[in-house]
Amino acid sequence: MDFNRNIYRLGVKELWSLARDPAMLVLIAYTFTLSVYTAATAMPETLHNAPIAIVDEDGSPLSGRIASAFYRPHFLPPTMVSLAEVDPGMDAGLFTFALDIPPDFQRDVLAGRCPTIQLNVDATRMSQAFTGSGDIQQIVLGEISEFVQRYRGNSTPPVDLALRVRFNPNLERSWFGAVMQIINNVTMLSIILAGAALIREREHGTVEHLLVMPVTPAEIMLAKVWSTGLVVLLAVALSLVFVVKGALRVPIEGSVALFLFCAALHQFATTSMGIFMATVARSMPQFGLLMLLTLLPLQMLSGGTTPRESMPEFVQNIMLAAPTTHFVSAAQAILYRGAGIEVVWPQFLALVAIGMVFFIVALNRFRKTISQLM
Amino acid sequence: MTTSESSSAAPIARLSGVSLRYRQTVALNNVDLDIPTARVVGVIGPDGVGKSSLLSLIAGARAVQQGRVEALGGDMAQAQHRNNVCPHIAYMPQGLGKNLYPALSIEENLQFFARLFGHDAAERRARIDQLTTATGLRPFLSRPAGKLSGGMKQKLGLCCALIHDPDLLILDEPTTGVDPLARRQFWELIAGIRDKRPSMSVIVATAYMEEAERFDWLVAMDAGRILATGTPQELHQRTGTDSLEAAFIALLPEERRRGHRAVVFPPLQATRKEEIAIEARELTMRFGDFTAVDHVSFRIRRGEIFGFLGSNGCGKTTTMKMLTGLLPASEGQAWLFGREVNPRDLATRRRVGYMSQAFSLYTELTVGQNLVLHARLFAVPEAKIPQRVEEMLNRFDLVEVRGALPDSMPLGIRQRLSLAVAMVHNPELLILDEPTSGVDPIARDNFWQLLADLARCDQVTIFISTHFMNEAERCDRISLMHAGKVLVSDAPAALVEKCGAQTLEEAFIAHLERAGAQNESPATTETETVTPSVVSSADTASDHMPRSRFSIARAWSYTLREALELQRDPVRATLALLGSVILMFIMAYGISMDVEDLTFAVLDRDQTTLSQNYALNLAGSRYFIEQPPITDYTDLDQRMRRGELSLAIEIPPGFARDVKRGTPVQLGAWIDGAMPQRAETVQGYVSGMHQGWLTEVAKQRLGQDTAGFATIETRFRYNPDVRSLPAMVPAVIPILLLMIPAMLTALSVVREKELGSIVNLYVTPVTRAEFLLGKQLPYVALGMLNFLLMALLAVTVFGVPIKGDFLTLALAALIFVTVSTGMGLFASIFTRSQIAALFLTMIGTMIPAIEFAGLLNPVSSLEGAGKMIGQIYPATYMLIISRGVFGKALGLSDLHTLFVPMLLAIPVILGLSIALLKKQDT
Repeated sequence: MDFNRNIYRLGVKELWSLARDPAMLVLIAYTFTLSVYTAATAMPETLHNAPIAIVDEDGSPLSGRIASAFYRPHFLPPTMVSLAEVDPGMDAGLFTFALDIPPDFQRDVLAGRCPTIQLNVDATRMSQAFTGSGDIQQIVLGEISEFVQRYRGNSTPPVDLALRVRFNPNLERSWFGAVMQIINNVTMLSIILAGAALIREREHGTVEHLLVMPVTPAEIMLAKVWSTGLVVLLAVALSLVFVVKGALRVPIEGSVALFLFCAALHQFATTSMGIFMATVARSMPQFGLLMLLTLLPLQMLSGGTTPRESMPEFVQNIMLAAPTTHFVSAAQAILYRGAGIEVVWPQFLALVAIGMVFFIVALNRFRKTISQLM
Repeated sequence: MTTSESSSAAPIARLSGVSLRYRQTVALNNVDLDIPTARVVGVIGPDGVGKSSLLSLIAGARAVQQGRVEALGGDMAQAQHRNNVCPHIAYMPQGLGKNLYPALSIEENLQFFARLFGHDAAERRARIDQLTTATGLRPFLSRPAGKLSGGMKQKLGLCCALIHDPDLLILDEPTTGVDPLARRQFWELIAGIRDKRPSMSVIVATAYMEEAERFDWLVAMDAGRILATGTPQELHQRTGTDSLEAAFIALLPEERRRGHRAVVFPPLQATRKEEIAIEARELTMRFGDFTAVDHVSFRIRRGEIFGFLGSNGCGKTTTMKMLTGLLPASEGQAWLFGREVNPRDLATRRRVGYMSQAFSLYTELTVGQNLVLHARLFAVPEAKIPQRVEEMLNRFDLVEVRGALPDSMPLGIRQRLSLAVAMVHNPELLILDEPTSGVDPIARDNFWQLLADLARCDQVTIFISTHFMNEAERCDRISLMHAGKVLVSDAPAALVEKCGAQTLEEAFIAHLERAGAQNESPATTETETVTPSVVSSADTASDHMPRSRFSIARAWSYTLREALELQRDPVRATLALLGSVILMFIMAYGISMDVEDLTFAVLDRDQTTLSQNYALNLAGSRYFIEQPPITDYTDLDQRMRRGELSLAIEIPPGFARDVKRGTPVQLGAWIDGAMPQRAETVQGYVSGMHQGWLTEVAKQRLGQDTAGFATIETRFRYNPDVRSLPAMVPAVIPILLLMIPAMLTALSVVREKELGSIVNLYVTPVTRAEFLLGKQLPYVALGMLNFLLMALLAVTVFGVPIKGDFLTLALAALIFVTVSTGMGLFASIFTRSQIAALFLTMIGTMIPAIEFAGLLNPVSSLEGAGKMIGQIYPATYMLIISRGVFGKALGLSDLHTLFVPMLLAIPVILGLSIALLKKQDT
């Protein structure tokens, strides 16, 4: 009974501390409003404004037709260049694609000689290189066949493939960007709030004070977990409703409540991590560097930035121990695909298990080190 | 107000109408003061009355807000005058070794300060040798400042202050927390130096009234005002008192004195039976090879006031922490109320109240909230809490400040609050760690009266530590502590008597000397050899000091120091190096654009060879992995929602038949659009393979040749296999070169602000540019080391060759690291705490670098604000250069235009940082 009461009271104390710390409040407000908004809007649509150059050595109506087939939003209006300008332009990264239409192209096409157009792709720009080259091929071939068919007959392909994209029919990246930003912010803030608050308390000597009271380390930690959790959850909920749904007009398929529950489980693990890191670091700058080294992999390798399938096998396996991996996969399932608890329960279980491990490890360290580190 | 005897010389410092406020708090209130020259002038008064503010104004460390401050014959508000006189002023701020660098040795600290004042190597050597010989620090030249005792730290501080032969020496509480022997030695040292250089003026702030008796002239301060000035004798005469402490109280305004009465201490009752509250036996605490507490034993009876008297760092606090269970003892045992100390014993904790050294209550909670919270945590029954809190508020006279935040209250009231909080649960034992340091005499007397009442009326046992002799005299028994050992324990009067001394202080010194403490600081009394043999050359040195705007020597001094500090802090240095390696692995493997091993499944309603052939066609590619077939629409929906399938294909019934007949037929494909990038790729793959399959089928089954009208030959340049690694590695290097050096640089400046050594920027001749550039240089070097390391890793571990000109890349890296460390400096301007600096640099570097600098999508593809940031952000250009050299085999001739924006960024960022940095505390 005392246990619960102490947790509640210490947690309320944490909330007061936070309420009187304007810097942290501004940070929370920023991360869940502006940063979500800019991340969403800055994320270009897939193949957005890709820079392309065209070398028109033919100068025929067909080549002109091809050149005019590239327009916004997928491509920037093509830059017409000479053959000699291709290499320097690509070297300087001025354009990702360079299309070379050979001389007498139209004549050869109409004569059925099947001429070759050369497409140069800057393959160091992985994100545009792949999808872009496919799109360009389709556009060019489409233009050619349409052009040719004005001279010849029409033929429908015997087997049509009806492509339908589920959950995000127009593949709008802002949907993805906004939600992923929120997911990442949950991780970042819960680690920072818990960890930095503990270090500050240690510096002020208030933890020491707590430890001579009839209060156990478990109570102190759980109080931090619930209070930071509450604040971040509240911010997430508001952000989802007002920024993501409201300002960005992203439809959310699944249940927000289920997502928040998932975020709560996730935070149990991440706040424990934050506390653990605060006991390892001897000072705030060390905590900062440590955070950098953990936060980045947690976010980048979780499957939130790039799909997990494309990572090396061993990275995928290691990342199974990270709470973010499960959180991201559950959150994506809930928010994008409208999955219910019957679908995401394995992730929930994993989060609880990882959270327990982190909590116990952190608790042990907390007990051992907190007074010696002063 | 000035009642100084007429002095022919002009005052060394003159203040007229000076006021200073920190937000709401008024530190100095319309002060007029003339400080006579060539004397030891003491500024007396408790903490928080404005002594430090007064001294920092005279030293030029703090900006003048209102009124006029003159020192050494000029207006300290003028930067020109400050620049001219700062080589003649030495300022030692409050706090043990506050302006020293703990990681640096005595020698290195002195070298640093000597370089700042432009001494050459030979002169530095001579001066350091002289000063350290005089202070007895010479045998310890290589010892880090952080590992010195309090007294030695203060001597080192003095050496650093005297290194340039100042005309005005300003010492802010130089002896607070120092043991009495070291204190005496310190004053002998000052006296010795003044004997040699009588023209030097010394201004000292102190809270020890006994010390002040020896000064030539005194300024008594209270609440931001000057109470009185004059020689100690004059103050005695005016107030008719014989001790300065009494004189000070008598000088206080009437309303402050009201309610003050001498502390009444009823004698300790010989208790009926001797009940032991605390017992310690052979208690020992070791930290590594350092023994903080060395076999300490004592017994404290119930209702007794037991004092620990000793200097800072002698083990008082550690002993107390062991008693509270905060620290497990390395050896020995302790009992509270007959029960062995056990950190898990919550029942015993309820019987103990603890007040730690620094004020450690929640400053975010009001007085009332603090009391209620602590009462609840100590499990005072909920019903009794309001009454108990009222009782505490009344007893400790806190009723009026119930709703106030602790930060807004004077120290004396905060101490009372700490005591009230420690008492809220009615403990039988109070452990108080230096509860009265920094509290004014009246508040201190009141505090002791409260303690006396608690001990005598409520039978509370009080275990208290202090470094004030007059407080120790009030204890029933005391232990004298030094260097982890208890020298002696007894009643104060008995101690004095046994030593045959006059006062407790003398008795303490006698015991210290007997314990061999003076070995730490030999040759102190022989001040004959002290400094000024080089006075003449020194004066010329400071007069002829390069008055140029930028002195390379001074900047270099900061560079050397920063490099040493970084080297001594293994954690920061390793993290700075290993960090980039680890992150490089993570990012290179993590940000992969290869989309492979996509999961798909087929809902085959046709079940013919042809439909199976279609699925096989997909499964055969390296991009797709087939999952068990889909049974129905519900299954399809479920599995896609779970994220199990990236692609689902539906083949309608009669598919094979229709294909043969040539009837148009439609296949269905569902793609998981949750990750747009991946979905886009899947789309591309599927339509490509569908086309391929069609051609194949047409050829085989129908004998048709559907060769197109034209072909497109795609050349993936620079990275023919379109693998992620060669694309990512060159992109990751700039990101890491930005983030880590920026962060470390920002921290290095803000650390000085937080730890207090920034004051050296304020009061020494170093300019802002020298300070910032000097500090930047080691981090540029570190950044370059990082760069080389990462380039090596790229070539060896990741197998990504550098196709272009490495020197071009290295040059770009050098410029870029200069920019990124400059950004760190810039961020440090706006932040006061290290945590804020971390945040600002992280947000300021990572977000634009990852989102807008073209890491994933080229800047030309961005829109709006993102595009603008991308275009001016230096990382954008470094990214192109890095990719150009690594992947595109380019050199300086191809890339030189990209250097321009980065080169332009350097003067902009550094110029802004230098312009915005403050050369004074505001």
